[in-house]
Amino acid sequence: MSVHRDDLGARIGMWLFLFTEMLLFGGLFLLYSAYRSLHPLEFHAAGSELNVALGVFNTLVLLTSSYTLALSLTAVEKGQAQLAKRLVAATILLGTVFLIVKGFEWSAEFRHGIYPNGPELLKRAPGEVLFFGLYFTMTGLHGLHILAGMALLSVALLKLAKGTVKRGESIFLENVGLYWHLVDVIWIFLLPLFYLAA
Amino acid sequence: MTMNTEHAHIEPVSYKTITTVWVVLLALTAVLVAVSHVSPFWAVAAMLTLTPLKAGLVLYYFMHLKYEGPLIKGMVAVALATLVIFISMMFLDIAFR
Repeated sequence: MSVHRDDLGARIGMWLFLFTEMLLFGGLFLLYSAYRSLHPLEFHAAGSELNVALGVFNTLVLLTSSYTLALSLTAVEKGQAQLAKRLVAATILLGTVFLIVKGFEWSAEFRHGIYPNGPELLKRAPGEVLFFGLYFTMTGLHGLHILAGMALLSVALLKLAKGTVKRGESIFLENVGLYWHLVDVIWIFLLPLFYLAA
Repeated sequence: MTMNTEHAHIEPVSYKTITTVWVVLLALTAVLVAVSHVSPFWAVAAMLTLTPLKAGLVLYYFMHLKYEGPLIKGMVAVALATLVIFISMMFLDIAFR
């Protein structure tokens, strides 16, 4: 039986998909930059209302999740399957922590009437409405990507357990890793634009 | 079972390298947050230098760009150049409006 495998082709395909993600978020970053240059003071004021500590904490969580995932790929390639499984599980756990923190953050804002079309938000200046609109859109879209990444990581964990992802055949985990790391890169840009905007 | 493969197999990145990159990423985040409180000038300067640097480290080491051939490296360069062109065109538009 001849099995056709093309790891390079698989990686190229994943990168092409990641380019569409980069341009999707890139467009939103453009929108942010354009509106910020039109409303610098209002963006500054709105940014000071975000919880910097939670934003920074979540950054550390995501960077560490990228760390555990990068370690897991090395573990697979070294034939340390048990360690690789634990590291992928840790990555999923860190993704969960990220979303829980995000949930606390959003619900605190919702309670203050700060949400798209929220009563409190509509009383604000147009620039602040734009800031929070972009904030909810971009962190929300990013959160959906975290959720998708966690689903893919769970599949990778199953494949590791079944032995279909193993030393020399780790392309699935590698591509899920590329996706997860890109989602981390996007957060690296979201932190200064929103949480450190003040 | 024969395998028809296009491996271009990549050596695993060492635990040590990955750990060093992670520590540097955490340190850069700490500097970014600390500097953002100093003054608006330093906050913007740090954002424009440290953020791309952090993203670059993730791309280069965690996403294995360092170990890829010219094809994938070139593709990423074209995608990033496209983004940079879009961003420059937008700022030119705002500046001369």
